[in-house]
Amino acid sequence: MEDCLAKKMEITVSEAEKRTGRNAMNMQETYTAYLIETRAVESQSEGQCAPVDSLWRRYSEFELLRNYLSVTYPHIVVPPLPEKRADFVWHKLSADNMDPDFVERRRIGLENFLLRVASHPVLCQDKIFYSFLTQEGGWKEMVNETGFQLKADSRLKALNATFRVKNPDKRFTELKHYSDELQSVISHLLRVRARVADRLYGVYKVHGNYGRVFSEWSAIEKEMGDGLQSAGHHMDVYAASIDDILEEEEHYADQLKEYLFYAEALRAVCRKHELMQYDLEMAAQDLTSKKQQCEELATGTVRTFSLKGMTSKLFGQETPEQREAKIKVLEEQIQEGEEQLKSKNLEGRDFVKSAWADIERFKDQKNRDLKEALISYAVMQISMCKKGIQVWTNAKECFSKM
Amino acid sequence: NTSLAEVNSFSPSVPISPSSMINQYKFEDEPELRDLFITVDDPESHITAIETFITYRVFTKTSRGEFDSSEYKVRRRYQDFLWLKSKLEEAHPTLIIPPLPEKFIMKGMVERFSDEFIETRRKALHKFLNRIADHPTLTFNEDFKIFLTAQAWELSSHKKQGPGLLSRMGQTVRAVASSVRGGVKNRPEMFTEMNDYMETFSQKINVLDKIAHRTYKEEREYFNEMKEYGPIHTLWSASEEDIADSLKGVASCIDKCCKATEKRMAGLSENLLPILHEYILYSEILMGVLKRRDQIQGELDSKVDALANRKTEKDLFSEEIGKLEDKVESANNALKADWDRWKQNMQCDMRSTFTNVAENNLHYYEECLATWESFLASQTVDLRVEEDSEDRP
Repeated sequence: MEDCLAKKMEITVSEAEKRTGRNAMNMQETYTAYLIETRAVESQSEGQCAPVDSLWRRYSEFELLRNYLSVTYPHIVVPPLPEKRADFVWHKLSADNMDPDFVERRRIGLENFLLRVASHPVLCQDKIFYSFLTQEGGWKEMVNETGFQLKADSRLKALNATFRVKNPDKRFTELKHYSDELQSVISHLLRVRARVADRLYGVYKVHGNYGRVFSEWSAIEKEMGDGLQSAGHHMDVYAASIDDILEEEEHYADQLKEYLFYAEALRAVCRKHELMQYDLEMAAQDLTSKKQQCEELATGTVRTFSLKGMTSKLFGQETPEQREAKIKVLEEQIQEGEEQLKSKNLEGRDFVKSAWADIERFKDQKNRDLKEALISYAVMQISMCKKGIQVWTNAKECFSKM
Repeated sequence: NTSLAEVNSFSPSVPISPSSMINQYKFEDEPELRDLFITVDDPESHITAIETFITYRVFTKTSRGEFDSSEYKVRRRYQDFLWLKSKLEEAHPTLIIPPLPEKFIMKGMVERFSDEFIETRRKALHKFLNRIADHPTLTFNEDFKIFLTAQAWELSSHKKQGPGLLSRMGQTVRAVASSVRGGVKNRPEMFTEMNDYMETFSQKINVLDKIAHRTYKEEREYFNEMKEYGPIHTLWSASEEDIADSLKGVASCIDKCCKATEKRMAGLSENLLPILHEYILYSEILMGVLKRRDQIQGELDSKVDALANRKTEKDLFSEEIGKLEDKVESANNALKADWDRWKQNMQCDMRSTFTNVAENNLHYYEECLATWESFLASQTVDLRVEEDSEDRP
């Protein structure tokens, strides 16, 4: 943790700005740019305030960075980006990407993403990541020069392909199952939470109607008038209080959303392992069949059916020279195959070791973060209840004076 | 202080003015101020070849001399209450007769003979009789006494006596005819004020009723969503180890808050909604009373106008006019006194009902606060325990 970038450098996404420009197809577009500010931490301890470096990035550049990291470190559970489009929206919340509240929440999400990467023991050392934070011009070209795109395409294909692994690693199978469950339960929770927020909004806002009627009614009452009027005011306060309460709750929802997307990243690691395992099995299978072919040619026995065998039976046997040539080719292939298999096995074991280390790290982080989120949710509920008690105590006093 | 005694006569489940709320159970210590106690309970359904109907038991306890016995138990059906109300209106056209629950529930999904409907109606009928019992004039009405004491067959034979339907209709026709012209021209200022007040009051109470219903509806929809919210956390806890307890804790808090919100809803439907409905009915009744006063005035005015030109016949009709003038004066006085009384009671009812609404909400938030605070306490204890165990080598 001591080597981690987050300790050496202060990183913030401090501002968001609407920009217009021309896109790749030379069409006018509007987008939001985010200001990334960085400052070295060390020199601060000497009493000096280090200068702040800053540069602007847009969401698509963040996406490019994350794609690069996912492809380059397939064994790492890469931190997710905040959602591209507003999802799990309840009626008052806008689904518009340009909405200032959405932009603000995205700004926080992007800062969170950068901090997550910067505090990851492996990812924080990446040069491309460092340049993303510090080098304004030419960064995109630098990323493309790594050639990660080629790997990205095949990775995408692999993630979506269906294949069966003969000897799956139980731990990874269980982990994939867990990530599916996590995704499913968090999306369900977020959906219902949005509906609950909607209904809660309705309950609070309907009380706002009392204020006006009480005020109009108080005009014709001599003794009850004051009580009605002041009670009405408290009803208005009650109705207005829900806006802040629900805005705070959106941040809680964002915390859960992060882990919804983290579940996807976890799943991707499991899939990558599956793919490697499948690859390994295919290579081993291929090697075995080549060895068998070689043996058959050398001893002259045919144990397995092959078209070549049939045709040679029908059209005559090969000459000994031809057979010798074939055996030689196969022996070369077998040797190559054995080396490949060895390195694949090694690769596989390394992958499992480093992936599992990161998964353990991720599990601890997840448990800490989610427990904290649940506690903060309780704190929010407590604050809402206290506000409610205050308002209704005041209202009760006014009513009792009617 | 007689007004306090009159006000304390509603069913014990409805708290009244704050001072009497403190003394709520004390009023029974002053029995000399109350000599008539009525309860409406025990609904029973009766099925005949022609119809099905409900009867309610009307149980009366009294120390009044005019009553032959000190206790009466009779069964009455809704029709009988309607009869009583119309007799009271007939006898006292400018007194404020308490509202009866309506014949059918128009809005809402309540069936005619569902338990909910019967209970709501029973409560309203109970209030109706008690309000009559507390009214300084109505309480001594003869038809009221018969209603409380007569057996079923006695009541139906009594009902058949008295001015027939046709003669009652005749009265109404005459009253309408005289009201076409009169009543408003020489109306005393006080009654114009009452009219203006009632118009605004009626408007506001109708709007309040709508808001109250909408509040109930919003709370119910919130409750429905909350029912689904808690269990998701329990489901999640099944996939987790470290945070399973925290998730189950949250689930339990949400479920408790869900139950608390159900209680809050019940409070609304048992208190605020019925009271607002009663006062909607009251505003109709009051407009009617004011109209009838105008009609009585109108009778006098039209007679006076008719004789304005015939100076010779004035002496002949002076007695008649004198009688009409007396009628107007007593109607006005009766109405004025009853109006003051009604306003006081209305103020009391509104004060106690809205205070009760505030209390319901307070209880709701206090319950939810307690449940979340105890969850938070359990979580921070765990955190401290975890920190301690991490510090140990």
